[in-house]
Amino acid sequence: MNWITNYVRPKLGSLFGTRREVPENLWIKCPECGTMLFHREVKENLNVCTQCDHHMAISPRDRLRALFDGGAFVEIEVPEPVHDPLHFRDQKRYPDRLKAAQKATGEKEAMLVAEGALGGVEVVAAAQDFSFMGGSMGMYVGNAMIAAARRAVERKRPFIVFTAAGGARMQEGILSLMQMPRTTVAVEMVKEAGLPYIVVLTHPTTGGVTASYAMLGDIQIAEPNSLICFAGPRVIEQTIREKLPEGFQRAEYLLDHGMLDRVTHRKELREELITILRMLLGLPPAVKGDLPEPEEEEAPQNASEEAKEQAEAKDGGPKAAASAPASEAAEKPKR
Amino acid sequence: MNYLEFEKPLAEIEGKAEELRALARANPEMDVEKEAQALDAKARKLLRELYANLDPWQKCQVARHPDRPHCKDYIEALFTEWTPLAGDRNFADDHAVMGGMARFDGRPVMVIGHEKGHDTRTRIERNFGMARPEGYRKAIRLMDLADRFGLPVITLVDTPGAYPGKGAEERGQSEAIARSTEKCLQIRVPLVSVIIGEGGSGGAVAFATGNRVAMLEHSIYSVISPEGCASILWKDAERMREAAAALRLTAQDLLALGVIDRIIPEPVGGAQRDRKATIAAVGEAIGEMLEELSGRKPGQLVADRRRKYLDMGQKALAS
Repeated sequence: MNWITNYVRPKLGSLFGTRREVPENLWIKCPECGTMLFHREVKENLNVCTQCDHHMAISPRDRLRALFDGGAFVEIEVPEPVHDPLHFRDQKRYPDRLKAAQKATGEKEAMLVAEGALGGVEVVAAAQDFSFMGGSMGMYVGNAMIAAARRAVERKRPFIVFTAAGGARMQEGILSLMQMPRTTVAVEMVKEAGLPYIVVLTHPTTGGVTASYAMLGDIQIAEPNSLICFAGPRVIEQTIREKLPEGFQRAEYLLDHGMLDRVTHRKELREELITILRMLLGLPPAVKGDLPEPEEEEAPQNASEEAKEQAEAKDGGPKAAASAPASEAAEKPKR
Repeated sequence: MNYLEFEKPLAEIEGKAEELRALARANPEMDVEKEAQALDAKARKLLRELYANLDPWQKCQVARHPDRPHCKDYIEALFTEWTPLAGDRNFADDHAVMGGMARFDGRPVMVIGHEKGHDTRTRIERNFGMARPEGYRKAIRLMDLADRFGLPVITLVDTPGAYPGKGAEERGQSEAIARSTEKCLQIRVPLVSVIIGEGGSGGAVAFATGNRVAMLEHSIYSVISPEGCASILWKDAERMREAAAALRLTAQDLLALGVIDRIIPEPVGGAQRDRKATIAAVGEAIGEMLEELSGRKPGQLVADRRRKYLDMGQKALAS
């Protein structure tokens, strides 16, 4: 990238040839506060509004890049399910809807599964894609959860899933409903193997996904203001015919009602997951220099000193101590 | 008799026969029996034809028929020493879910099912068979109890879905359903489920993740109601006929897809026309399914259940 592509105004961009990764519109309007935000800045901030901290959607690929050490991960192959088993057709044919979603997202399906290092710990992670047919859970997503669980068990790795879904994929009818027990079996396999299963709920997580693997985590973390529910607010309003309270079914509301362990800012997630995983696995605290390239930077004496200090700092004020290295950690794996 | 919309022609014929007979009762000298019997025969033929060719939307109507036997009817007829057990030990007792111990063929079992109610008062009391988190948590508790003492679990599924209410959401409807499904998969005793009417989405799965799942001939089991699907995909809830057909929610399609294990035939004209025979047929099927599973080791029951759901989805329907 040179300074021209970085700084030309949107309309001139086309004169310099087409560059895929730069969207036509270099400015993004925050749907929450309405501020016009420069696209690169937003991207660097993991799609969180730099003005109001609103968490916008982030693609599974960007999500996993921000998660793993150095942004490096290897995709895990997901077995292909039977294609359009019901020959479903509403106003469009299901295969056409699938193709359109594939074209729009550049992804094969609504869940991406990968493995890599997180704070030096090898983990399996899966991220769901709301922009792919509403992130809906069909047989592919079921297969993805099972593939991820199998890999986690086989290699004795923790499994982290980032959920985002409108629910089950209607176009697969009863078979989408059967992904509730199927994915539950996947979760059972991980838990039985004595491995941590961590769920990060992102906006929005609803329906059959919430009522299966998204609510069965050993640890349940949500991103701020995410809608998390079984029945959506509109359905409930129609049923009970009364206005719902402010913030109903949002992450903070669920936290207050005891349904979540934590609500965590996207930029602090990576650090927090590292802290939690290392504790669950009985590993010593992560050392600062450890984060991007864990293997190399193990300076024997100093590092352990630093680790101790950090551990102490965390005892005193967990939030303050944890957030400082988090932003560093989140920034580094960008490229 | 409550006639369904598509049964109107039948209602006319049966109405005529009834009118004739009423006339004859008022005027004893009139002989209408021959004519009335001809109408009866015509009605029987029509009924057979109607029910041999029900389309998916008609099946939805039959599955929701208010005169169909409900969970309570099955429990009263098929079990002895019925001992209801109440409450989730956390918040409340959910009347949409019946649960308790009983004997089936003399053998102690745990029975859990959705109850819709049969008149306005009981329907409200039962919340139309729509369970709240407490219902699923009661089920979890009872499955645990069954697991500890080796009682087979029998679930009777008949729900439009889990209740979409404010309190239900606040108290963790999704978590309760997820844990109930999880419990179904964990218990080391046989779990046999029968969809007796409506198998509505997650609210049904939470009880029906069994070693054996049977469906009554005209019951339905679906990821979403046809009305809900129509309003989302067709943007018009009135297109439920098309949605019902597209969703493939009939017992026949589900058997072909390998999602259920067997279909329990209903009397001609549906369960609502011969409740006793329907209940007996369900009882027989439960007995056979329990028999199939008897003698299996606890670990094997758990492993079989897992395998069954992991392997599901290999079959496609013929177009």
